[in-house]
Amino acid sequence: MTNLPSQEAIYTALTEIFNEVFMRDDMHLQPALSAKDVPGWDSFKQIEIMVSVEERFNIKLNTREIDSLRCVGDLADVIARKAQV
Amino acid sequence: MRWLPEPPPWRAHLRDLSSQEGDIWSDAVALANHRLDFIRTNALDEIMRRRYETAAPPKTGTRPIRLAILASSTVAHLHAPIRVGGLRRNIFITTYESDYGQYLQELLDPASRLHAFKPDSILFALDSRHLAQGVHAAMTADNAAGALQDARMLILRCWRAAKQAFNGPVIQQTLLDPFPPLMGNNEHRLPASRSRFIALLNESLRDMADAEGVDLLALDQAAQRDGLAAWHDPALWHRSKQEVSPARGPIYGDMVARLIAARQGRSYKCLVLDLDNTLWGGVIGDDGMEGIIVGQGSPLGEGFVAVQQYAKELARRGVILAVCSKNDEADARAPFENHPDMVLRLSDIACFRANWDDKPANIRAIAAELNIGLDSLVFLDDNPFERNFVREELPMVAIPEISDDPAEVPQLLADAGYFESLAITDEDRERTAKYRENRAREQLRTGASDLEGYLRGLQMRLVCKRFDGIGLQRIVQLINKTNQFNLTTRRHTESDVMEIMADPSSFGLQLRLLDRFGDNGIIAIIIGRTQSPGTVLIDTWLMSCRVLGRQVEAATLNLVAAAARSLGAHTLLGEYVPTKKNGMVKDHYESLGFSMTSRDPDGRSLARLDLDSFSPTPTFIEIIEG
Repeated sequence: MTNLPSQEAIYTALTEIFNEVFMRDDMHLQPALSAKDVPGWDSFKQIEIMVSVEERFNIKLNTREIDSLRCVGDLADVIARKAQV
Repeated sequence: MRWLPEPPPWRAHLRDLSSQEGDIWSDAVALANHRLDFIRTNALDEIMRRRYETAAPPKTGTRPIRLAILASSTVAHLHAPIRVGGLRRNIFITTYESDYGQYLQELLDPASRLHAFKPDSILFALDSRHLAQGVHAAMTADNAAGALQDARMLILRCWRAAKQAFNGPVIQQTLLDPFPPLMGNNEHRLPASRSRFIALLNESLRDMADAEGVDLLALDQAAQRDGLAAWHDPALWHRSKQEVSPARGPIYGDMVARLIAARQGRSYKCLVLDLDNTLWGGVIGDDGMEGIIVGQGSPLGEGFVAVQQYAKELARRGVILAVCSKNDEADARAPFENHPDMVLRLSDIACFRANWDDKPANIRAIAAELNIGLDSLVFLDDNPFERNFVREELPMVAIPEISDDPAEVPQLLADAGYFESLAITDEDRERTAKYRENRAREQLRTGASDLEGYLRGLQMRLVCKRFDGIGLQRIVQLINKTNQFNLTTRRHTESDVMEIMADPSSFGLQLRLLDRFGDNGIIAIIIGRTQSPGTVLIDTWLMSCRVLGRQVEAATLNLVAAAARSLGAHTLLGEYVPTKKNGMVKDHYESLGFSMTSRDPDGRSLARLDLDSFSPTPTFIEIIEG
C-alpha cells in the first residue's frame, strides 16, 4: 500500500524548496502564486524548482506537465497525482 | 558528492555568513566542504559573488583564477558550481562565458569581450550535437571520416588560438553521447552513426590533448560510471539547451576545480590510513593476528584487501602513504610484517605513527616528518568520532565520509578526486622509496654524534645541469607545485622555461642530489636573469624540503654565483615574496651572507650579494657539473 501525500505536506515541502531556491525565509506558498508574483522567478529558477521537486518527491515531471504549469496550485496537483510518501 | 559530510543547519549558517562583516572567505571554504546540492551551491555562490564582486578575498594563499568558459550551448548553470568547487579548494575563481554560439569568433577577435576579460585558464565545453552537426546515417564512410577530421581540426584550432592568445592552461571537456543507437549492439558497423562519431572523437581527443598540452575534463568517463541519464536529460536539452543536468553541476564544478588545483600543485599528496576496521576488520590489540579479518575467503576480508590494493596502486604512482593508529606500535606493525594476506607492507608506508596520542597530534607529526603541508593530507578512518575530531582541529585535512563497508572505499576515494594528477614522472613512481630513504638518513643523524661527521658520512654528490629537454617536464612540475621552500613562488609554463633556455642573458639550473642512501632526484631549480648590465636577479630559487639542513643551500649558492659571473655579473640580487606557505625561507638570503637592501611592509624583500668579494663556502658536497 502506498499513501499519497497530503496537500499540507506538499505545501510544506514546496515552501521549503522555494525558500531555498530564492534564498528567502518568508515565503508561504499559496495555490495562486505564480512567476509574476516573485521577483527573480525566471526560466533558470523554474528549472531549479523542477529539479528540486523531482528530487524531493522522487518523481519525473514530463515536458507536457511542466509546460501546463501556470501557478503553484498546478504544481501541487501534479505532485499529488504522481508522488508517493 | 557522498564523500563530503552533511552540511550544518543550512539556512541559519548561510544567514550568519551573509550578515558577517568583513572577510568571510575561510568560513565559506569550510561551508563549501559539505555535501551541497546545486540549489545550495548557487546560494553560497550568490553570497560570495556579492561580497567579492569588486575585490578578490584578501587571504586565500593561492593564485586567483580567471576562467573563460567557451561553450556551444547553455552553461550559465555551471558557473556557480565551478566557483564553489574552487572555494572548496581555497581558490578564488572568476568566470566568464562567451556569448551564445560565439565562442570561435570571440576567440579569434582580439577586440572581443573574451580578450578584454584576460582569462588565465580556458575551458572548452563544446556539446556533442554541435560537434556532430551534419553527420547522418546515410553518409558514406569517407564522408563520415571527413566530418570527424573536420571536428578534430575545429578543436585543434580552438586550442591553438587559446594558447596563442592567453597564457595558461586549456581544459577540454570530453563528449557525452546523447545519441540513441541506430543499429544496436553493433553500432560501430554503421560508419556515420553519430554515437560512433562521438566515441571516435573522444578517443582521438586523448592523443590530441597529450600532444598539445591540454588537460581533459572526462565527462565521458563520468557518464560511463554514473549512467548517461544522471548527466544528461533530453527534456532539459529541448527546454533550455543544458547539456549537463543542473543536478550534476556540483560535481562538474568540482572536477573543473580539481584540474585547476592540480595545475597549481595543490592536489593532495598523502593518504593517511587508520588501521583497525579501515585496513582490516577487527581490532589488532584485542583480536590479535589470527583474529583480524583480511584476505581471501570472506567477503569482508576481500573488501579490506581491495582497499589495500587501491592504496598500494596510488603509492606506485606517487601518492605517499602514512599510518595513524591508536594502538601499541608493536601490535600495529605486526600484520604489516607477518600477516600473509596483507597487501601493504612496512616498505609501502613512508611514515608510521601508532601510539595513544590523539589523532590530530599524530597527523600534525606526520605532516612535519614528511615535510608537507597539512592541506596535502587525506585521512581515511572508519570512526566518525575520529573524523569529526580531526575536522574540528585540522579543517585543512580532507576526510572522506566512509561507512563500515570497505567495499565502497576505493571508488569513493577515486570519485572524491583528491589525488588528481596531470602527468606522471619517474620521480612520482619512486616517491615512497625516497621518503623511506629519508627516514633512514634521519635515523643515521640521530645516531651520529656530530653533524659534520654525519654530513661527511652521507657522501653527497650534487649534479648541476643547465635546463634541458630531458628534464623539462620535471622542471615545470617542480616550478608549479613547490610551495614551501620557494623564494618567489613564481609559476612558469613549459614555454616560459623554453624561453629561459634560449635566452643567453639568463640561466636555469637543475640540481640532482645523490648520497649513500640513493638518488634524491632533482631537488633544486634556480632561474637567474640579467636585470641590468652587471646585475643578475634570482627569479626563482626553489628546493625540495627533503634535503634541508645538509649544506645543499650553500653548495647551491656557490653554483648560482658561478653561473651569474659567467654572465658578467658583479652583483647578485635575491628576492623574497612571502606567501602563506613559504615563511621557512624568509631569511634565506641573509643566512647565506646577502645583505638586505629593502623590505616592504607586506614582507617582500630584496637582498644583495657582491660577487667580486664573494668566495665559495666550503661544504661536504662533491659538485659534478653535468
